[in-house]
Amino acid sequence: MSSVEVRNITKSFGRARALDDVSITFEDGGFFALLGPSGSGKTTLLRTIAGFSFPDTGTIRIGARNVEAVPVEKRDIGMMFQSYALFPNMSVADNVGFGLRVRRVGAAEERRRVAEALDLVQLGDKGGRMPHQLSGGQRQRVALARAIVTQPKVLLLDEPLSALDKTLRVDMQIELKRIQREVGITTIFVTHDQEEALTLSDRIGILRDGRIVQAGTPREVYDHPNSAFAATFLGEANWLPDAALEGLQLPGDRTRHRFAVRPEALTLTDGRPATGNALSARLEQRVFAGAMATCLVRVDGEPWKLVARDRDLPEMAPGSEVWVSWTPEDTLAVPREAAT
Amino acid sequence: MRRPLLPLLGRAWLALILVFLYAPILVMAAMSFNASPFYQLPFEFSTRWYADMAMNPQIIEASLRSVGIALATMVIATALGTAASIALFRYDFPGKRVLQVLLFPPIAIPWLITGTAMLIFFFAIGIGRGTPAVLIGHVALALPYVIVTVSARLSSFDVTLEEAARALGADAWTVLRRVTLPWIAPGIVAGALFAFAVSFDQFVVSYFLAEPGDSTLPVLIYTAIRKGFTPEINAISTIIITVSMGIMFLATRKSSFGGSR
Repeated sequence: MSSVEVRNITKSFGRARALDDVSITFEDGGFFALLGPSGSGKTTLLRTIAGFSFPDTGTIRIGARNVEAVPVEKRDIGMMFQSYALFPNMSVADNVGFGLRVRRVGAAEERRRVAEALDLVQLGDKGGRMPHQLSGGQRQRVALARAIVTQPKVLLLDEPLSALDKTLRVDMQIELKRIQREVGITTIFVTHDQEEALTLSDRIGILRDGRIVQAGTPREVYDHPNSAFAATFLGEANWLPDAALEGLQLPGDRTRHRFAVRPEALTLTDGRPATGNALSARLEQRVFAGAMATCLVRVDGEPWKLVARDRDLPEMAPGSEVWVSWTPEDTLAVPREAAT
Repeated sequence: MRRPLLPLLGRAWLALILVFLYAPILVMAAMSFNASPFYQLPFEFSTRWYADMAMNPQIIEASLRSVGIALATMVIATALGTAASIALFRYDFPGKRVLQVLLFPPIAIPWLITGTAMLIFFFAIGIGRGTPAVLIGHVALALPYVIVTVSARLSSFDVTLEEAARALGADAWTVLRRVTLPWIAPGIVAGALFAFAVSFDQFVVSYFLAEPGDSTLPVLIYTAIRKGFTPEINAISTIIITVSMGIMFLATRKSSFGGSR
């Protein structure tokens, strides 16, 4: 297990700059999510750490070793691919043991460690199966076992769960988190799914146009986004129209900040509440979703979204005049220069 | 009862095609077991022509030479063709498209023209006629078949498998041996069988390139027919057809004509 340090990495493909002076530290034993839209450079960054792609400038350290010029097979990493990439001509046990055979650990040692890894992913009895005989979730686990059985310094996951359906994905998220804790391996994973990033990781890096826009714990990034992009990419944000700012308690200077409120921080009432920030609005739609409900309202012409427990919402017909309110501390202040 | 008419016609059509394709071959095979040297009926079963054939040193020698050349062609064309397919699959380089297109004409150009051209060329560069010339010619003819079958198989290969193997610490050679080659093995086997068949059945190019003294089997058969037909030829032809069809059957089963698995 090791920390990973990326310093001033730049990588261009032709004229396109995939990574633009990226510096980021992945702490030893941490679970780090790289989040960003497609084309943001998150996959390029992961592949550069893995060694499939070499940076034009900058350094990468895994543990105490500089690896920016080391090819992938000598970096001692574990990697899991979106397509699982299990070897179709090998049994589950042979797949998991591949990295051990390459390292010539010996047959007995290989058997023991393969069994251990398969037990860890709860597939102890499936060693003799072929990959095509397994379900999607099981293949996923085999791929994970194969990636960690060599005890690599760092585990790299490239959109590992995106090929699974929703329920299986949630199961695997829990499983992945448990295994990562148990093994204690530094893990970096790439995703475009913000919910996945929030659930799994203890740190998040948001990428855009080859740059790291913001990095921090999920709570830091969620509660204090440093740009409009970070605010809308991680979670949703209702932006306060400039015309509505009068009379509100705001946590910043309006010439330098834009302000937003998260959908779940808002309360909907039919009369004006006595305290807190409040704006009048028109209810457009109320979408029932079991325990929770989503309300779409319009504030000064701007579409806002509000999420609350269904039972907390007053009964109101679409089109009625309502008030949306929130406690002033829940206002997000986003620096204006970074806003787009 | 109008609906079954079309399928019925279709079946009749298919039957006719099969009759015209295989009737001559079946007649020839039957006659190779007929005692009469003049195709006389009634049919009288005999293995006499097979025995004669087995005693004929020319036929034996030509058969061994044909098999030898076909095996050598198979090994060389398969190795070169597989390497070429992997290179074409993995790398982008200037002129790749042109090269890919250039690999196909040997399938389409009449062998007569290829054979003449090779003969002139081999004399010009000093190789001349003989077994080496035949071998080079056969390899050149077989190569595209190998490349087509192996490339078809490679097109369904997931490159992430190689990346996964490298991430697990495997060097280039191990990746090739343990991951890439096992995947394309069916294509390689099919390509090898095609290469063998192309060489073993080859008449035109061999006819141009072989020295009169060391003909291959098809060339020998042609010469024998010109001198006067004997049922021995039926016998050896029947054997050749059985072997070739067996090989082609295996090849098509293995390659599924480029389909997956």
